[in-house]
Amino acid sequence: MLELRGLEAGYGDVPALSGVTLQVGAGEIVALLGPNGAGKSTLLGCVSGLVRPRAGTISWEGENLLAIAPHLIVERGLAVVPEGRRLFGSMTVEDNLELGAFSPRARAARRESLERVFALFPDLRTRRRQVVRALSGGQQQMVAVGRALMASPRLLMLDEPSLGIAPQLVRAILDALVEINRAGVAILLVEQNVRAALTLAHRAYILEGGRVVGEGAGADLLGDPHVRRAYLGPLAAGA
Amino acid sequence: MTLLAQQIVLGLLLGGLYGLAAAGLSLVFGVLKVLNVAHGELIMLGGYGAYWLFALLGVDPFAALLLVIPGALLLGAGLYTGLFGFVVRAPEETRIKNSLLVGFGLALALHALAVRLWTADDRSISTGYGGAVLTVGPIAIPLIRLASLLVALALIAGLHLLLARWRWGKAIRATAEDWQAALLTGIDIRRAYLLAFALGTALAGAAGTLVSVGYSISPSIGLEWTLKALIVVVLAGLGSMLGTFVAGLFLGVAEALSAAAFGGPYREVVGLVIFLVVLVLRPQGLFGRAPR
Repeated sequence: MLELRGLEAGYGDVPALSGVTLQVGAGEIVALLGPNGAGKSTLLGCVSGLVRPRAGTISWEGENLLAIAPHLIVERGLAVVPEGRRLFGSMTVEDNLELGAFSPRARAARRESLERVFALFPDLRTRRRQVVRALSGGQQQMVAVGRALMASPRLLMLDEPSLGIAPQLVRAILDALVEINRAGVAILLVEQNVRAALTLAHRAYILEGGRVVGEGAGADLLGDPHVRRAYLGPLAAGA
Repeated sequence: MTLLAQQIVLGLLLGGLYGLAAAGLSLVFGVLKVLNVAHGELIMLGGYGAYWLFALLGVDPFAALLLVIPGALLLGAGLYTGLFGFVVRAPEETRIKNSLLVGFGLALALHALAVRLWTADDRSISTGYGGAVLTVGPIAIPLIRLASLLVALALIAGLHLLLARWRWGKAIRATAEDWQAALLTGIDIRRAYLLAFALGTALAGAAGTLVSVGYSISPSIGLEWTLKALIVVVLAGLGSMLGTFVAGLFLGVAEALSAAAFGGPYREVVGLVIFLVVLVLRPQGLFGRAPR
């Protein structure tokens, strides 16, 4: 479905990705793990068209994504929940969701999409007329996930959706991801919360210093000594 | 006392045009992050457009708005496609510098063009009803300026509705707030830029028409109007068109008051003082939001 090959990108002289190869299959949940500065956000930026890679290819269902104008990528069925949510803070929940369905294909289905988002996050229905800036971090994250879903994506990419959010809301958002995935949407999840991400994911890649240093099934990586030591802390390593 | 009240009323009437002039500049600055210093020249062109329609074809200046506004929309689309569309390709820091260069160049060219077409003389449109005055107690309100204020208010309200309700209006606001997020939701931001610039130019054209009927125009009024609009934008902050209009009224009254208190020459000074005070004390403006 999504296939990156030999992807290289950087900012000025600083390389952020050096030859990353990765696939996401239809209906899969794939986690992308790694420390800060490993290149995870850059990778999502490349796929969503905000960052121009220096080398390598990105293909989506056989089509070369790099040849498509950035605003048309969402039309192809890839939506992203960016790092820090990047909502339109001065607008209402409803306006933000509606803008998520801006492209023609998504607009045709926006009524059903809106109902689906409200079914997933009932909180948003009651707050639909509220200005986004006034919501809590967790509620804003729901709006951000909802906005991406409004595009009726077949692949949903999320950059640290649990960052800075109250623990009970993290649960709600991760549960929502499972439900979204059950409806057939593939998910590429960048996450700091490694344990939660690996429990959720079918497969995972570990990115360090702009390179893929490990990959495998979620459950296997959860038991891998290196992963346990590096990402789950010394207590987990001993357990 | 009566004299003062009269000055305040005249200040309000002029302030409405400041607000309208500033709305266009604010829209372009807020969305494209480009400072169009030729905005005053676009106002000047709008004024001459109405003047020509009146002098050559006998079109009433208020009716001329129906032609000037669409004409200015097209002119704006053309200017964006031919000039400012290249400026927005630069990263945001270099955009302002480039836009100043392009804007000053455009201002000079439009000024020279206007001198060529209409000479450097002051012009104004004098209609049959031009002298009509509404008298409220001791205060005389020139009807034409009152009508201009109402038209300006209606245009601002229309713009506000357009940005609040229209699909592309929302897209324009989204692009102003975060262009990368706008791109991620599938908005063609170049189109949002084009629309915002065209709308801004249309507002300038409308403002110019109203200036030519209640006041007077000459090829050299551009810089003065750019300056007034800039003061109002700084005073209001970005993001609220109604706030911009209110700030325009405020500047008009402040000018009238300072002229009354310190004499005519000080009329121009108060705006610059406001400009500095706002930048020092509240850089986001009265109605703007502080950056996070």
